[in-house]
Amino acid sequence: MDVIAVFAPFFAFVLAGLLNRQIGDRGCQIVTCVGLLIAAAASIKLFLDFALGDQMPYVRVLAEWVAVGDFKVSWALRVDMLSVVMMNVITIVSSCVHIYSVGYMSHDEAKGRFMAYLSLFTFAMLMLVSADNLLQLFFGWEGVGLASYLLIGFWNEKHSANAAAQKAFIVNRIGDFGLTLGIFTIFLVFGSIEFETIFANVADQAETAFVFFGHEFHALTLIGLLLFIGATGKSAQLGLHVWLPDAMEGPTPVSALIHAATMVTAGVFLLARFSPVYEYAPFALAVVTVVGALTAFIAATIGLTQFDIKRVIAYSTMSQLGYMFFALGVSAYGAAMFHLMTHAFFKALLFLGAGSVIHALSGEQDMRKMGGIWKKIPVTYVLMWIGSLALAGVPFFAGYYSKDIMLEAAWARDTGVAHFAYWLGIAAAFMTAFYSWRLLFMTFHGKPRASAEVMHHVHESPPVMLVPLFVLALGALMAGAVFYQPFVGSAGGHEASAAHHTEPAHESPERWNRQAFWGPAIQVRPGNDTLEVAHNVADWVKRMPTVVGVLGIVLAFVMYILQPRLPGRMKEIFSAPHTLFYNKWFWDEIYQFVLVRPALLLGRMLSLGDRKVIDAVGPDGGARASGKIATALSHFQSGYIFQYAFVMMMALVAVLSWFAFRMG
Amino acid sequence: MSEFGFLDFNLVPLLPEVFLALSAMGFLLIGVSFGDEARRVIPWYALLALLMTGVLVSQVSFDDAIVLGGMFKADAYSGFVKLLIIGGVMATLGLSMRYLEQEHIDQMEFYVLVLLASVGMMFMVSAVNLLSLYMALELQSLSLYVLAAFNRQSPRAAEAGVKYFALGGLASGMMLFGISLIYGFTGSLDFGTLTASMMVMQPVPFAVIFGLVFLLAGLAFKLSAAPFHMWTPDVYEGAPTAVTALFAMVPKLAALALLMRILFEPFAYLVPQWEQIIIFLAVMSMIVGAFGAIAQSNIKRLIAYSSIGHIGYALIGVAAASEGGINAVLLHMLIYMAMTAGTFAVIMAMRRGGRSVERIDDLAGLSRSQPILAYALGILMFSMAGVPPFAGFFGKLMIFQAAIGAELYALAIFGVVASVVAAYYYLRIVKVMFFDEAVLMLDLNVLSGPQRFILACSVAFVLFFILSPSAFIDSTQLAAAALFPGR
Repeated sequence: MDVIAVFAPFFAFVLAGLLNRQIGDRGCQIVTCVGLLIAAAASIKLFLDFALGDQMPYVRVLAEWVAVGDFKVSWALRVDMLSVVMMNVITIVSSCVHIYSVGYMSHDEAKGRFMAYLSLFTFAMLMLVSADNLLQLFFGWEGVGLASYLLIGFWNEKHSANAAAQKAFIVNRIGDFGLTLGIFTIFLVFGSIEFETIFANVADQAETAFVFFGHEFHALTLIGLLLFIGATGKSAQLGLHVWLPDAMEGPTPVSALIHAATMVTAGVFLLARFSPVYEYAPFALAVVTVVGALTAFIAATIGLTQFDIKRVIAYSTMSQLGYMFFALGVSAYGAAMFHLMTHAFFKALLFLGAGSVIHALSGEQDMRKMGGIWKKIPVTYVLMWIGSLALAGVPFFAGYYSKDIMLEAAWARDTGVAHFAYWLGIAAAFMTAFYSWRLLFMTFHGKPRASAEVMHHVHESPPVMLVPLFVLALGALMAGAVFYQPFVGSAGGHEASAAHHTEPAHESPERWNRQAFWGPAIQVRPGNDTLEVAHNVADWVKRMPTVVGVLGIVLAFVMYILQPRLPGRMKEIFSAPHTLFYNKWFWDEIYQFVLVRPALLLGRMLSLGDRKVIDAVGPDGGARASGKIATALSHFQSGYIFQYAFVMMMALVAVLSWFAFRMG
Repeated sequence: MSEFGFLDFNLVPLLPEVFLALSAMGFLLIGVSFGDEARRVIPWYALLALLMTGVLVSQVSFDDAIVLGGMFKADAYSGFVKLLIIGGVMATLGLSMRYLEQEHIDQMEFYVLVLLASVGMMFMVSAVNLLSLYMALELQSLSLYVLAAFNRQSPRAAEAGVKYFALGGLASGMMLFGISLIYGFTGSLDFGTLTASMMVMQPVPFAVIFGLVFLLAGLAFKLSAAPFHMWTPDVYEGAPTAVTALFAMVPKLAALALLMRILFEPFAYLVPQWEQIIIFLAVMSMIVGAFGAIAQSNIKRLIAYSSIGHIGYALIGVAAASEGGINAVLLHMLIYMAMTAGTFAVIMAMRRGGRSVERIDDLAGLSRSQPILAYALGILMFSMAGVPPFAGFFGKLMIFQAAIGAELYALAIFGVVASVVAAYYYLRIVKVMFFDEAVLMLDLNVLSGPQRFILACSVAFVLFFILSPSAFIDSTQLAAAALFPGR
């Protein structure tokens, strides 16, 4: 099952990628969709085996890969609850996106290539989550980076798409540098990069110090921070987030799959996978908490002011990722994974819904040119509502369960850092609700602001695009309630405290509690178990997110439906913060000024010296000399036997004389 | 060894060679009796015979049996190299069948000669006596002289054959002179006895070292190591492509294996002396291989220089004089063979209007007319240039590692520089295929099934080597260890 789940997308990619011309566009679409559906079916089967059956975690070794001295790495699939959950999220969302793409890309010329890239991405992502060692994880990590690069720049005739693709690639390089350093450090400390060995020996290395750049560091903290740098790049956390909004240049299904549901959550997965290590690195956890909370807050403020429909959702993605990270930071790994899953559903739904809107409006992405279309595309409208309700954390939608438990866990942690995260999280929740409804109202309500011609063309998407949306909407509706108990629920004895969340309707299976569900995949040290405490925090702590969420919705209603002139007034009154938010806190400009310009300047200066001095003597001079040597050598190659024989004899005499001289 | 010397007829370790020799003679009889009818089936019989031989080689136990009165030794080292030889010859035959038909030289003598040359090469790697060594070498060489001139109608092929024969005769003369010097001063031709006498004769007499220089000069000719390489470009260009493919892949491997056995068995105590010669040959070969190829416009000549360069790298591994070095050499040669087989498949696909063309410029625009072929050759060229993650990179990497392990830093650095220069002409081929406009198209669908199969295998090997390098390194390690008994 595990092998099928991981390799079905790979074969789909190979078939669609190599036999593109032979099987045609239609063939590519069929092959990749079927491949993904098979993978999804296999993943679900795996999940059921684990969750309902008594399947134990296992490692399947596929082949030996590298064996150099003590350094041994195999191709292996590590199948435990963590990877199985990720596999399910990836394959299900990916299947939806594949099928949706058949409709969405119907006007595109390179359909086969697009489908092949999507499958390649899915395979790389599956490799990442099922890795049993850091090298294989890195393989998947770079693989998804490559696929992301290819897909952001898919419309390669657009200059902005190419620029965005390169930006994503380069910014991710910085994060990857941190990750590779982390891997090296782990190998130095543990002498292995296999998860089994690392996790088994964490306790022994708890006090190890490590010399890095001439300073002594606590080894595990250093590892934690380096891995977090990697996660920061991939998951667009503050500092390395600048690529994510630009990545929206890619086709919308790509944004939904890669830049919302799966790839950007790789960082969350990485940290959850390394929970045994992070448990011994409290300082690293604190850093994760702060960065996550700041990301959640700042991204939400930017989201308030943007007009591009996809960018709004992109910033909301970034903000939600921030939530996941501070949940990780307070040791609530289960909660982070829970939100990862629910978020994958509703965010993919929102993106694909937005794609549906863009599709209906002939490619328009600016919300100022939308409005008044809800009657024309009612199905999309309802689906977007469901997605937004889930995102805002309105009760009984998926996001409500996962967001609340994260905030409760942050409060339950009861440290200054964690409380900081809680309050920023609450503020972000308020803004999330506000901008979600701002998006809905601007897009669907009010007077039509698009041209008459565009309005005339507005049409509901074809079934091939809507059916995947229904699947995702089902996830956005149900996933929270159904999986609350196993992902984050109490281990027994705290049923009452969790009672205000609806209990799953069906009978709880044996594994249906947190500890048994995750098994050894997530390890929390006793005393750090914030989820346990989270169920017992004060009532106001629990109600707060919901209250501010509803307030945000009401405010959006007032500002965009009742008093449409209010936003303009607000902008004037709060012009300073608005400028700051609208310009994304000037991150791009700061980077441009602090990093890019000096780097360019330095580069120009160096290139001058390079060309005039090094190149002239080195490569260029060398190349010229090579040509001369080549000509000289070809003089010897005259074709005459006697000359060849002469060269042979001379060489022999030369060697003999050398020995005669040396030994003489 | 029994006291009866030659009467010690334990033929079991010899079984593969005997089988192959008898098959070759059998095919000769079949060919003579059935004439043209045999032409269709002989190639397949030849492949089958090689396959059987391969099976026999892998079944013969490598218990270091020395038979034929101390002439022949079957150990893990010779077994591994023989399997490589057989694989290389089979690949050549797979490549040749269609080509020979196209050139109207598909006579069954070709296959008989190839099989006899294979027998010679198999004896070479098992020879543990200077006499049997010389015999085996000559059996191989004589077959190859004829093969070089196999296309009798072509003056170029005839010229190639004559050149190869004349210069080969000179090289054989040098070898014989070297052997007689060694015999004269040690009184023995047997490797075991030679080892023993080298151990007691310190310092070793001057004449023995002279003898070794002559011997190595002769072998360097067979290896086409510079400065004994002069024949290579002319013969590669003139000989039929099928023969060139054979030359490029197999005899070098056999000669190299032979060279390593000589250096590490009887002359193991003369490492400081022979190391200087090997380094000289390696440096010269790398220079000639890197710079000679730059000016070439004929792709077969280019491959000739490329093979000279690759022998240069291999000799670095030999100069390291360690087990790791031999391991690296064997792996390097294995990878080189695989890459060369694929490259020749593409060269054979270069035909226009039913005639073969050989200029590099003829490849222009291949990426548009035959993209699969272009990508295949592109990958092979990147691998030849030693670009990771392709197989060629690992061969070079291990060689340089061995050199560094033996503290031959200058040689390793020189090797890296030479491979940078060499990368230029490999990448030029890629550039021509992908960026130059075609003036005239090459014919489409030239390749036969076996040729396609070999190309696919070659490219797959180059691409996927990285996934499981240990599968190959394990067996080369085993073979290399056999040359270092108890060390």
